Amino acid sequence: MRNLRLPRVIPLLRMFMLASLALIIVMPILLTVINSFMTEHEINANYASLGQTSMNTWVTLKLIPDWVSFYQYFELLFKTPDYLHMFWNSIWLVVPIIIGQLVCASLAAFAFAKLNFPGRDPLFFIYLITLMMPFQVTLVPNYMMVDQLGLLNHTGSIILPGIFAPFGVFLLRQFMLNIPSGYMEAAKIDGASTIRIFLQIIIPMVRPGIAALVVLLFADYWNMVEQPLIFLQDAALQPLSLFLSTIQKGAFGVSFAASTLYMIPMVLLFLYAEPHFVEGIEMSGIKG
Amino acid sequence: MRYTRRARQEMIVALFFLIPSLLGFAIFYIIPFIGSIGTSFQSSAGGFTLDQYGEVFGSSSFRNAAGNTIWFTGISVPLIVALSLLIAMWLNQKVYVRNALRTAYVLPLVVPVASIVLLWQITFDWNGALNSILSYFGLDRIDWMKTNWSGTIVILMYIWKNLGYNVILFLAGLQNIPTSYYETADLEGAGKVRQFFGITLIYLIPTTFLVILMSILNSFKVFRETYLLSGDYPHERIYFLQHYMNNMFVSLDMEKLSAAAVIMAIGILAIVGILFQVERRFRSFME
Repeated sequence: MRNLRLPRVIPLLRMFMLASLALIIVMPILLTVINSFMTEHEINANYASLGQTSMNTWVTLKLIPDWVSFYQYFELLFKTPDYLHMFWNSIWLVVPIIIGQLVCASLAAFAFAKLNFPGRDPLFFIYLITLMMPFQVTLVPNYMMVDQLGLLNHTGSIILPGIFAPFGVFLLRQFMLNIPSGYMEAAKIDGASTIRIFLQIIIPMVRPGIAALVVLLFADYWNMVEQPLIFLQDAALQPLSLFLSTIQKGAFGVSFAASTLYMIPMVLLFLYAEPHFVEGIEMSGIKG
Repeated sequence: MRYTRRARQEMIVALFFLIPSLLGFAIFYIIPFIGSIGTSFQSSAGGFTLDQYGEVFGSSSFRNAAGNTIWFTGISVPLIVALSLLIAMWLNQKVYVRNALRTAYVLPLVVPVASIVLLWQITFDWNGALNSILSYFGLDRIDWMKTNWSGTIVILMYIWKNLGYNVILFLAGLQNIPTSYYETADLEGAGKVRQFFGITLIYLIPTTFLVILMSILNSFKVFRETYLLSGDYPHERIYFLQHYMNNMFVSLDMEKLSAAAVIMAIGILAIVGILFQVERRFRSFME
């Protein structure tokens, strides 16, 4: 009897633990979204005591708004020009980085994965080491060069180092190493040039890798804080990932909508391309 | 003769592919980094000096920051590795809605920190949600972000954000272990515990090292949470090396900043080197 029952209880218990953990993890995101549908009045009532030191009232977290309203979104999109401005700042920083890195990295990754030249492995090792350095280390050389070029307080100070960051080279090389050399050999025998092999064989075959790189880069740069903090003193140039907390201090009423709207592009992209995202992380794991 | 010509030709072609990336990489990363190594040893008169290194190591804020960073990494990395291994192993069983669960664990990874700090603020404020729960149970409230508790909170935020990343890596590692190993072990009468230590852990060693490495590298990014929540000078428990570096940028002492960057780079290299050495030992030990 006991033998029969025990194996049934354990999976149920495991399922319960996994589901509760998932709920705890998603809750902060969910609450942010829910709060974005509350009226300013309700937000102010719920969070009046926030930041006060000597009050005996608590904030109120509600799972269901008293009144579902699009007031915050309306305010944000039509009456808060700052928000939209910074949103575009984010886009104009992230999109050029992704496109630029995609082009440079796919070319270089091909050289590292499929071509022979002296010094290839030591050079790749330097890329790899740089990849491991935290921002606080790489920002110092970035800063020196950006300063020399007179790009401080200019979006180029973030876009250019972003384009040449080593992650794309590393990731796409991983994907290209998986392509059997036979394809290249066959094309070579048919007289195809290396450029044609790259464009017509390698790039189509490495499409999942490109998708993975786009999602991972987007997730990373949409969330940037360190670089704009140091390179962009002018608040009007900053992306929302940095400026959002400043907006929130001014107008608490729309801040949840602002937070929600800023996460939506990334969350949608993730849900749409989750297999690529996951594969990208798995591939960055296999050592070269 | 023909071979060398072909080799040379391939070199030129390779260079063509490499140039765009290499040029930018050299200009923005390698050359200025070599420059900043030079700067870090440069005295104000232009000669060689170790003063900057002395100053950095001598400053109490650097030592505090380094100590806090080591404290944070030393606690949060083992915690997140153990937790994510447990979850990956559970997820690797037959679980209802497994994909939805994995999506839930990975979701924080793609949510910008800026979008979530507001909710952290509400949760950990003096009058916040967490304290309201404490008071419900008749406990005294705690000023989470302004006491030593802030360290614990940052560890929680770090685990919340990065758990999914490690779960993905561990799941991939687990799925690479052939099920036939477990079947053989079952036939030979090995229990679940022995299978865990004898098969799962051993075949996961390379994955585990990778997860440890990535967890350490990702741990530097908690600067985002701490900065957006508490600004340039947070509570001293969560004043990390990242804050120290960031604040030096404000004062723009390039010599000292360079020295600190070199120290930090050497620190990372040492950690990575030790990790790889230990992994190699483990591997040869297993074989």
